Amino acid sequence: MWQVMEGSHAVAEAVRLAGVQVISAYPITPQTHIVERISEFCAAGLLEARFLRVESEHSALAALIGASTAGVRTFTATSSQGLAYMHELLHWASGARLPIVMAEVNRALAPGWNIWTDQTDSLSQRDTGWIQLYCEDGQEVLDTTLQAFRLAEWVNLPVMVVLDAFFLSHTHEPVQVPSQEEVDRFLPPFSPSFRLNTETPCAFNQLATPAVYMEMRYSIQQAMASALERFPQLEDAFQTIMGRRYGAVEEVSTADADVILVTSGTVTSTARGVVEALRNRGEKVGLLKIKLFRPFPAEAIRRHLRRAAKVAVLDRNFSFGAGGIFAQEVRAALCNLKDRPQVFGYIVGLGGRDVTPALITEICRKTWERAHPEEADEWMGLTEVPYESGTAGP
Amino acid sequence: MKVELPDHELMHSGHVGCPGCGAAVAMRFLLNGLGEKTVMVIPACCWSIIAGPYPQSTLKVPVLHTAFETGAAVATGIRAALDVRGERDVTVVTWAGDGGTFDIGFQALSGAVERNEDFLYVCYDNEAYMNTGIQRSSSTPYGAWTTTTPGRDWKKMRKKNIVEALAAHRIPYAATASIAYPDDLVAKVKKARSIRGSRFIHIFSSCPTGWRIPSELSIKIARMAVQTNIFPLYEVEGGVRYTINLKPKGYLVKEYFRLQGRFSHLTEEDLDQIQEMVEEDWELLLRKAGTMPSL
Repeated sequence: MWQVMEGSHAVAEAVRLAGVQVISAYPITPQTHIVERISEFCAAGLLEARFLRVESEHSALAALIGASTAGVRTFTATSSQGLAYMHELLHWASGARLPIVMAEVNRALAPGWNIWTDQTDSLSQRDTGWIQLYCEDGQEVLDTTLQAFRLAEWVNLPVMVVLDAFFLSHTHEPVQVPSQEEVDRFLPPFSPSFRLNTETPCAFNQLATPAVYMEMRYSIQQAMASALERFPQLEDAFQTIMGRRYGAVEEVSTADADVILVTSGTVTSTARGVVEALRNRGEKVGLLKIKLFRPFPAEAIRRHLRRAAKVAVLDRNFSFGAGGIFAQEVRAALCNLKDRPQVFGYIVGLGGRDVTPALITEICRKTWERAHPEEADEWMGLTEVPYESGTAGP
Repeated sequence: MKVELPDHELMHSGHVGCPGCGAAVAMRFLLNGLGEKTVMVIPACCWSIIAGPYPQSTLKVPVLHTAFETGAAVATGIRAALDVRGERDVTVVTWAGDGGTFDIGFQALSGAVERNEDFLYVCYDNEAYMNTGIQRSSSTPYGAWTTTTPGRDWKKMRKKNIVEALAAHRIPYAATASIAYPDDLVAKVKKARSIRGSRFIHIFSSCPTGWRIPSELSIKIARMAVQTNIFPLYEVEGGVRYTINLKPKGYLVKEYFRLQGRFSHLTEEDLDQIQEMVEEDWELLLRKAGTMPSL
């Protein structure tokens, strides 16, 4: 059934349809519409779940660590400062191999206070052992959230469904909402192999000496690797029932492209328009959208990018002292190819600044004109920033 | 009051606690009172080690080890999941040290009991961060040496009154207990087990390693803490109804302090001042309770 809804409400619909049993959350803008709608579902009896209104994000995830270990399907949502506050327990959830699903609304980190979109919050959690799936529109948000539960419970790892603040979380779009029967065919009830159970008492997460710790960590990497293999299989099942699929990456006109743009999130939609306009002028531009960031689909990325002369990565995020995070990962994926494209990094749209068609067109033009990329990624649309040194010196 | 301890034990005979560890004794009594239908949460504390390394465990109940500050929040989630699964007869208990309760876990604990989550929170209190090597906590008593309050910087602040803080949340049940009074301890655990909502038991658990006492004095020191009024045994129901469970002999605090290396730097003047502080706290408790037991 088609409905017009916000990206936030698309998440909530998926949580309802997935029959989540325990939800735990703490409010932060711009995540609030997700948890408010889920609260309404619970209050109206449309979702038979326990909603834990805890006193912090840290406790929100801690409570789900308890609930998931006790054997029920769990969900939380957060953003920015809240995700940063959860950091310790992000590691815990993956280390404990718990299939917790989280909606994470990309918002800039303070200071200065900024509630608008920016990917640095989720990308700075890239080493925590969570699968990360980035979404482009409301339909993808709903579908990806449903897929997240199946993937998490298949490989025993937590999954983060990532959506841009406001551009996606608060934007109304037509979304096709599947029926309960369709969802039930795709997503079986949660039935873990191990859980807290007084009939068969076990100790979970106990002291692990150097003799066993490395093997425990390796098993997490094995699970990550299996997620890369299983995601397309899961999408096959999803497509059979729902008629839609997204791919770990999606290519647009890359086969004969000289320059390929690499994007994630809502910037992708703007880039699609730019690519179409430039193609209409006969310019060989392509687009690669990265949806799955962890595990990183390096092989698929190599397959689509290797024939291009130049790749332009748009990063709505930054790792200080290094560069754009997607650009780093793309360079690493390509570095062992004998003939590889040159990778140009562009920093765009931090803290919710608009990434317009004109800006993306300018990025294409710069990439064409330059023979080689600069050492550092280029910050697009900056006004002049004077460098302020500290008072200590040699 | 005499309580029959059950024949079965829910602790195996081996554990990796120090000799004379009060927390090991406290766990044994706790499990005696709780029985098998128990799920336990252990945030970082001495017991993260005492329970044994993977793949061994000294406990015969299911245990979820978790991060330092999450004891109450994890229990909240387990309770919710067990309720959803229809396992209402299982008691969820958090077992945390004073650091995980008074300090780093206090926000989660306050949040959970404000929501009146249905679980039992037990703090075994050895009055410092003992597992990391005797660092000061907000439970460390006035006058104590620790490795972060050495020399002239011995602790000059009072111990946080955790039971009063919990009682202020108007939870159904809060109580103190001591490893020197096992009948009283087990009776309180059984009483707590029979109540729904948030329940809190604060167990005084002596630490020979951190307190600089011979291991064979562990129980005696705990008994003296009660008899000097330093650690009175009492209950608070609904946050307001106080019951003192044992009439202490009222020994002078210096008899308790002089047995422990952690207080060896204190002067007679210091001890007189501490005596006054203990009497002041005791008077306050008596005023709240209204009566004394006639035992």
